[in-house]
Amino acid sequence: MAKARVLIRPKEGILDPQGKAVERALPALGFEGIEHVRVGRMVELEAEDPARLAELCEKLLANPLIEDYEIERLDGAG
Amino acid sequence: MRWGVLQFPGSCDERDALHACSLLGEARLVWHEERDLSGIDAAVVPGGFSYGDYLRAGAIARFSPAMEAVAEFAGAGGPVLGICNGFQVLCEAGLLPGALLLNESTRFTCRQLDLTEEASGHLVTPEGHQVTTRPLSIPAKHGEGRFWAPDDVLDALEANGQVAYRYAPGQNPNGSARDIAGVRNEAGNVVGLMPHPEHAVDPLTGSTDGLRVFEAVAAAGVPA
Repeated sequence: MAKARVLIRPKEGILDPQGKAVERALPALGFEGIEHVRVGRMVELEAEDPARLAELCEKLLANPLIEDYEIERLDGAG
Repeated sequence: MRWGVLQFPGSCDERDALHACSLLGEARLVWHEERDLSGIDAAVVPGGFSYGDYLRAGAIARFSPAMEAVAEFAGAGGPVLGICNGFQVLCEAGLLPGALLLNESTRFTCRQLDLTEEASGHLVTPEGHQVTTRPLSIPAKHGEGRFWAPDDVLDALEANGQVAYRYAPGQNPNGSARDIAGVRNEAGNVVGLMPHPEHAVDPLTGSTDGLRVFEAVAAAGVPA
């Protein structure tokens, strides 16, 4: 089984209210100078056929209209 | 008119939808594992939190056997109405354009609001005149109802008459692009909206304007 991690984030230019809410909370906690916070999602999985991961992302893990994704192999393979 | 109302684990508005449909004909529930829509003239994908809204609202429901059947039904010209979570499911399934994102406020919104109907077949007389309408008073309740699509898609929707409903000026509860509350597909037989017409069909709850939405769906499609 191939281990992989999929990172999913809102596309550039799409308002991310979750990120904004996090960003607004930071100054009160003493974290100044943090900008452009974007909140995404991370999925870890093991796949028998890692060649099909991109298809899996396109069809289910991400919505390509609103999200970008990145597949990271955790077992050293490409 | 025989209506089929889908029911997923996590649906919560299917009973009100069933009631609304039964005011306009016969209606039955379609469990998410059912693949057979035979005998149904119009399908409703109701509101709620199908499959717990895991991953993204509507993302998992679109792969259910019942939704596969709805996709075929819609492809054959059958009228389909998606309400709230049902709208999200239809967008995820690619049966409607765009996507529904987290409300701009980050808050769940629940309020009665006014919707304006946009031009479509049922709003035009046989002579081609626009039917005059007043705003529809219908409740909205959702956390992820911000309609979004790229600008070129929004332009195309407006040019093709695919914007079905807009929030009345100043009443956009979620930051939806161009105040869009509902859209239809290019063929006009699939329509989805975030507000809940099924909760506005009885004078007891203050408005019966929701029935108009169901009537429009019945008028929009060719029964498969």
